[in-house]
Amino acid sequence: MTLDSKIPAGPLSEKWDRHKFNLKLVNPSNKRRYDVIIVGTGLAGASAAASLAELGYNVKTFCFQDSPRRAHSIAAQGGINAAKNYRNDGDSVYRLFYDTVKGGDYRAREANVHRLAQVSVNIIDQCVAQGVPFAREYGGLLDNRSFGGAQVSRTFYARGQTGQQLLLGAYSAMNRQIGTGMVKSFTRHEMLELVMVDGQARGIIARDLVTGEIERHSAHAVVLCTGGYGNVFYLTTYARGSNGTAIWRAHKKGAFFGNPCFTQIHPTCIPVSGDHQSKLTLMSESLRNDGRIWVPKKKDDARRPADIPEEERDYYLERIYPSFGNLVPRDIASRAAKGMCDKGFGVGTTKLAVYLDFKDAIQRLGQKAVEAKYGNLFDMYKQITGEDPYSSPMMIYPAVHYTMGGLWVDYNLMTTVPGLYACGEANFSDHGANRLGASALMQGLADGYFVLPYTIGDYLASEERKPVSNDSPEFMEAEKQVKDRLNKLLSIKGKKTVHEYHRELGLLMWEHCGMGRTATGLTEGINKIKALREEFWQNLLVPGVDLELNQNLEKAGRVADFLELGELMMHDALNRNESCGGHFREEYQTPEGEALRDDENYCYVAAWEYKGENQMEELHKEQLTFDEVHLTQRSYK
Amino acid sequence: MSGNMNITLKVWRQKNKSDAGRFETYQAKHISPDMSFLEMMDVMNEQLIKDGKDPVAFDHDCREGICGMCSMYINGRAHGPNKGVTTCQLHMRSFKSGDTIVVEPWRASAFPVLKDLIVDRAAFDRIQQAGGFVGINTGSAPDANSIPIQKHLAEEAFNAAACIGCGACVAACKNSSAMLFMSAKVSQYALLPQGQPERKLRVLNMMKAHEEAGFGACTNTEACEAECPKGISVTNIARLNRDFVAASFTGE
Amino acid sequence: MQDFADSIAIKVKFVLPKLLGASKCYNLIMNKFFEFLNSSVGRKWLMALTGLFLCLFVVVHMSGNLALFKSDGGLAFNQYAVFMTTFPPIKVVSYINYALILLHALNGFYLVYRNKKARPVKYEGKKDNGPVSWSSRNMGLLGSILFVFIILHMGNFWREFHFSPMEVLRYTTNGVTGETQIAAIPYEQFVGPKHYYENGNEIVIVKNLYGEVAEAFTSPLYVLFYVISMFALSFHLMHGFQSAFQTLGIRAQNFKGIIQGIGTAVFGVLIPLLFAAMPVYFLFFK
Repeated sequence: MTLDSKIPAGPLSEKWDRHKFNLKLVNPSNKRRYDVIIVGTGLAGASAAASLAELGYNVKTFCFQDSPRRAHSIAAQGGINAAKNYRNDGDSVYRLFYDTVKGGDYRAREANVHRLAQVSVNIIDQCVAQGVPFAREYGGLLDNRSFGGAQVSRTFYARGQTGQQLLLGAYSAMNRQIGTGMVKSFTRHEMLELVMVDGQARGIIARDLVTGEIERHSAHAVVLCTGGYGNVFYLTTYARGSNGTAIWRAHKKGAFFGNPCFTQIHPTCIPVSGDHQSKLTLMSESLRNDGRIWVPKKKDDARRPADIPEEERDYYLERIYPSFGNLVPRDIASRAAKGMCDKGFGVGTTKLAVYLDFKDAIQRLGQKAVEAKYGNLFDMYKQITGEDPYSSPMMIYPAVHYTMGGLWVDYNLMTTVPGLYACGEANFSDHGANRLGASALMQGLADGYFVLPYTIGDYLASEERKPVSNDSPEFMEAEKQVKDRLNKLLSIKGKKTVHEYHRELGLLMWEHCGMGRTATGLTEGINKIKALREEFWQNLLVPGVDLELNQNLEKAGRVADFLELGELMMHDALNRNESCGGHFREEYQTPEGEALRDDENYCYVAAWEYKGENQMEELHKEQLTFDEVHLTQRSYK
Repeated sequence: MSGNMNITLKVWRQKNKSDAGRFETYQAKHISPDMSFLEMMDVMNEQLIKDGKDPVAFDHDCREGICGMCSMYINGRAHGPNKGVTTCQLHMRSFKSGDTIVVEPWRASAFPVLKDLIVDRAAFDRIQQAGGFVGINTGSAPDANSIPIQKHLAEEAFNAAACIGCGACVAACKNSSAMLFMSAKVSQYALLPQGQPERKLRVLNMMKAHEEAGFGACTNTEACEAECPKGISVTNIARLNRDFVAASFTGE
Repeated sequence: MQDFADSIAIKVKFVLPKLLGASKCYNLIMNKFFEFLNSSVGRKWLMALTGLFLCLFVVVHMSGNLALFKSDGGLAFNQYAVFMTTFPPIKVVSYINYALILLHALNGFYLVYRNKKARPVKYEGKKDNGPVSWSSRNMGLLGSILFVFIILHMGNFWREFHFSPMEVLRYTTNGVTGETQIAAIPYEQFVGPKHYYENGNEIVIVKNLYGEVAEAFTSPLYVLFYVISMFALSFHLMHGFQSAFQTLGIRAQNFKGIIQGIGTAVFGVLIPLLFAAMPVYFLFFK
């Protein structure tokens, strides 16, 4: 099978408009004859559900939480990028496009990224019209800030809760459609299988998480908006429930997985405090606008930070990257922190932390101004650590935060399975090997509001307008598979809990497929993960039964999938003999320790095809071409 | 494990919606003061599983105080003794070793218990579906800066919009009223120009959904504001009262 | 005759629809009104409006009762009682007042019932209400005490005054010296309160409600009940007064302080204190 990205012809800036015109349309009165299933109700899912229902399609949404409003998009703090150029500082669609391609270390599709930059301006309009309370200036117009490695102010924000406000906006639009009956919302439901009929995605098998009942839901198309799979690392900034099950099930049914090893490690998280820890908390990247990152110049310096004089502090980001300083992209900031700690300059009890200091900002702007800007973040830090960041510097350490990889999709956001779409973080498409700050919200909403509603019509227009049956043999078979699998998990009755396996998997992934990767480490990791998976299926202990609310059973299914997905990530990392963005292979670095890309051999999207249980997956390559942005080594010096 | 606190927990156990439910007492041992309350529950649950017992079911997701999923009534307070935090942000350093902690689900007829500490908050969604939106379709929006909005109004709208829908207001209210929750959404839109066209219809429809769900009436005890992890103000309820009356007699 | 028939026809043709239209409009308004009242906010508005009216009544009632403290053998107080029961506008208002008390109480009971239904299972954890005031949580209880009090109170004084044989006094005030002489009149001769001048003397003939009051307040048990009820009044109004404004939606930041100040100082302290002072004064100082 050859990969067809379906990128339209023509000049870059006209591709999307031309494509929209060429897409087939569904007659308004026929739209109600098509059913669309949307799994996941975060920014991408909720916005897609609302927009498709507004067009007239019948939509069914599924989320494992008790309400669509709780999807983890809600936790995004910093902001959303848009090429509005409201600040007159030279921003443009082209510059946003350029920054995103460069920030992604030249591993994203130019055409997709350009479309993203184009629709970014519509997103802000849409959200404001929905009543999203963005930050404003005294003149009444929208405020912007500069964010994560951008040299223009193009980030729109709502205090430190931008994700929340955008999600609630999308949720409100979706609610409106639930009210009209166009969207049917299934909460506390988890998709456990994709159903294929005659080679097309025709529905899902879902478990009602309250009663434990298995349900068959059919549709003309299925859209996965289930977010990233970063929880394979156990300790992450993801929500505890975030999982890769939906996309992994789809992958096993034929959807290729794109760039699985591309993981984003966020530089400013609160460090781990003990082995009881269940998650890591992110401190918004905006803190780097005013905070200065440093470590002591002396190794294993045990003094309190206040006692370390200025000349004995190493503001290493400012030293190594004088022009971007503390605002270098996330992958670079994270790696630098790890590098410092690896060399023995780390601080805190675990020595796995660096300082983020606001002393100078407080001196320059006054405590009040700092409080107004970051008050809620400082409070959060204090709650978690019990320390006051106004008087002593914060301690931060990188943590897994986002996965750039995901289901491979073409320009229409369709996976390699006809009728199966992936939007938002669940797909691989727009961020290349590293995502820029404030771009995740942009992509989720772009896909849901402005891309999928056009492209899905092109597929549905050629589909038969009769309902898809949900009791065909394919559905029955899929349902049986799901039930068997649940029973299998319950019947092992071993000794170790699913949390223990998850934690073990996380440590393994972090060690072998984390911030620094090597061929030997990855090979070893692959063997370890295989062994762990085997043990899991023999020694797992899941309490309770299937026909009840059983949180351990839910989690067991997710961890079982992570155990397979993790292996694929390592294979992908091992295959990619270069360093780029969030993927850092220690063998491939410049003399200064920067990521060394190999554009000649690896300028492609690695799309993996599932070949069966315990079979090596087959690699397909989608070559990336850069007509507009020239491949250069990223430099933030 | 990693700490030296020992805690006695008196936890509500209920198999499902139709079960009568009862309190059970458990010991959580070797608890670190740095653990969050939910991490302490994790530790206890792991022990229960190993002992062949059914672990305590509780809602949780983001564990950073924003998703609104966690919902425990701890020692007679929604989200526990600290102000301005959700259960997941409550740390064990707020308790002493040897303490007995009573943990209950939210109590309201509109929030039936599904299992143990998990309640069904679908009534909140229904209130939002009844009118918690601005009725515009995707793609029809004018330029974002075409309507300037006074900074203080935008800020106040944000303060109301910061609601995470956790239900602590209902849990804390002696009447299980959802007025604070509802008024936060009503206020957000009432303060913004985008919310004006549907202002009256919205408040009428949302109020109707509130009544149908079986929430109580507001007695202005202001317990909701005191327990709200996001500090939503009861001023919003006053605004809702005003808007509701105006809409009742002048609306469509 | 023809004219009459025409005029009837015209009326049927033009006026009737208008009347029907008006009644339709009336129905619509009434529908809206009942719908409003059926919502919890509507019920609370009813509570707030009746409550504020009753607050006003309490102020008037208290200021009139201050006459009890006057050492004039009850002349001023008894005259005040006559004025309150005979002056037509006041009479109308007083009947409205009774109705509103009843409405306030019944509506209150209904709200308590509904609110209890919203929380079928109580919490087990220790009751720590943080900054929430006790009175705000116990308005139903406080209101019930006050309701019992009002019934007894009206039974004691209002019913007696209106329907029972009672001592009748004739106050004769000398126009020159200003001295007042009091004499009892047999009840059978009493044909209603009188106020007239005779030989330069001011004559007032009234029922001696003052005497009834003074007598009632000789019972320590009754005084105790009265004082307890005034505590209930204090707590009820301390929350109720400011709560009413919140319900009516009047709550700008700068208002809030003033309203709470008045609620606490006037309705929470001053008025209940003065009311309570009356029986105490009679019990210990008369």
